[in-house]
Parts: sequence; C-alpha cells; structure tokens
Amino acid sequence: MRGSTPLGKVLGYGSAKDGAGHWWVQRVTAVALVPLTIWFLLSMASLPLADHAAVTGWMRQSLHAVPLAVLILTLCWHARLGVQVVLEDYVHHHALKITSLLLSTFVHALVAATGVFAVLRIAFAA
Amino acid sequence: MAPRPLSPHLSVYRFAYTMALSILHRITGVALASGLLVLVAWLLALGNGPQAYAAFNGFMGHGLIQVVLGAWLLAFLYHLANGIRHLFWDTGRGFSKSAARRSARLVIAFVVVAGALLVYVFFCPVGGVQ
Repeated sequence: MRGSTPLGKVLGYGSAKDGAGHWWVQRVTAVALVPLTIWFLLSMASLPLADHAAVTGWMRQSLHAVPLAVLILTLCWHARLGVQVVLEDYVHHHALKITSLLLSTFVHALVAATGVFAVLRIAFAA
Repeated sequence: MAPRPLSPHLSVYRFAYTMALSILHRITGVALASGLLVLVAWLLALGNGPQAYAAFNGFMGHGLIQVVLGAWLLAFLYHLANGIRHLFWDTGRGFSKSAARRSARLVIAFVVVAGALLVYVFFCPVGGVQ
C-alpha cells in the first residue's frame, strides 16, 4: 500500500459492511430454536418412538411437518454459524481453515436439504 | 528485538468453574452439530418403512450408542439453558461475578433435573427409544 492515502488504506482493509451480521443471525436462530427444540423434545417424549406407524402418523400432520422442517433448517443454520466460529478460532493453518470452513458449509447444507427431504417424503407418503 | 507484550491468555487466570461452563457451551455446540447427522439418519430410516426403521432402532439400541444418545440429550439441555443465559447477557445484564455464578448454578440445576427426567422418559423400557 506504498504511496496510498490513509483513506485508501481504510478502503482497502476496512469494514466488510457485515460487522454484526454473523452475531445477529446466530441470536435470531437461537431465539427461534428455544421454542422449536422444546416442542420437538416434548413431542418425541410423548410418542412411542419404536412404533413406526405412530411416529410417521405424527409427522404426516402439517402442523408437525412444517415446524419440523423449519426446525431442521434453523438447526443447520445455527450449527453452521457456531462451527464456523470454532473453526476460525482454533484452526490456525490458513489453507486448512478455508478448507474446513468450506467443508462445514457444504455438509450443513447437505444435512439441511436431506432433513427437509426426509420430512416431506414422510409427510407426502399416502 | 525484544519480545512484544501479549495480552493475558487463559493460563494467567485462576480457574473458576464459570470458565468450564464457558468452554462447555462450545464443546456441546460442536457435539450437537454432529448429532444432526443422526437426526437426519433417523428421519431417512423412518421414511424407508417399518423394516428399515426397526433395523435403525436396533442399531441405536446398542449400549454404547445409547450412552452417546444420552450424552447428546444432556449436551442439548446444557446448550439450551446456557444459550438462554447468553441471550440474557446480550441484554447487557447479569455480568457481575455473583450474578454469573448464580446463573451458572441455575443452568447446572436445570440440566440435572430436566436431564434426569428426560433420560428416564427416553431410556427407560416403558415406551421411548427402546
């Protein structure tokens, strides 16, 4: 940056305009997950989990399938943000850090898509 | 060149149990993220029909896996309670040493009580996973 003005330095290395974005979305998903996870856990506690018909019957109701799909998406989003911070803090080797962040993002996206697919498949099965 | 001054790191502080709770939030978070794989596997098995579901449950019924599932349940309860503690901190309150220790004890008490209750519900032979 030789010969650049202080303004140029700031423009080159300054804010990415996303200062609180990560922090905020982690909180928004956290707030959403409090009722969603408690609802899911209590629902599972009240179901005979070994009984296939009972569990799929529960999941076929749209009142259960829709929040469950939302829960899976929110869980994956929240988990991706959390794992990102952990990787950024503890993986010091640059290439390894980028690779693991990419991999984490892909795996979370794949898990989210598979989870929603699995719920819809059960919900739409005749 | 003289060594540059560094900001104090973990090792200079006297250990307090609130520190253990702090790192436990991350540890349980990462553990729960890996648990998503099992959640999705469970949903896939459920959609694959009664036989596939029974096979999945049979696999999950193994002793060691039951212990892991129980640990995930406790990790979730801890992450939930401590997460609410974090959200409360986000409002700018509860940062004094005494308040932080009080809320820490509250979180542990919740995990013990809710954990005992839910481990009983999920892992005792009447209904539940088995």
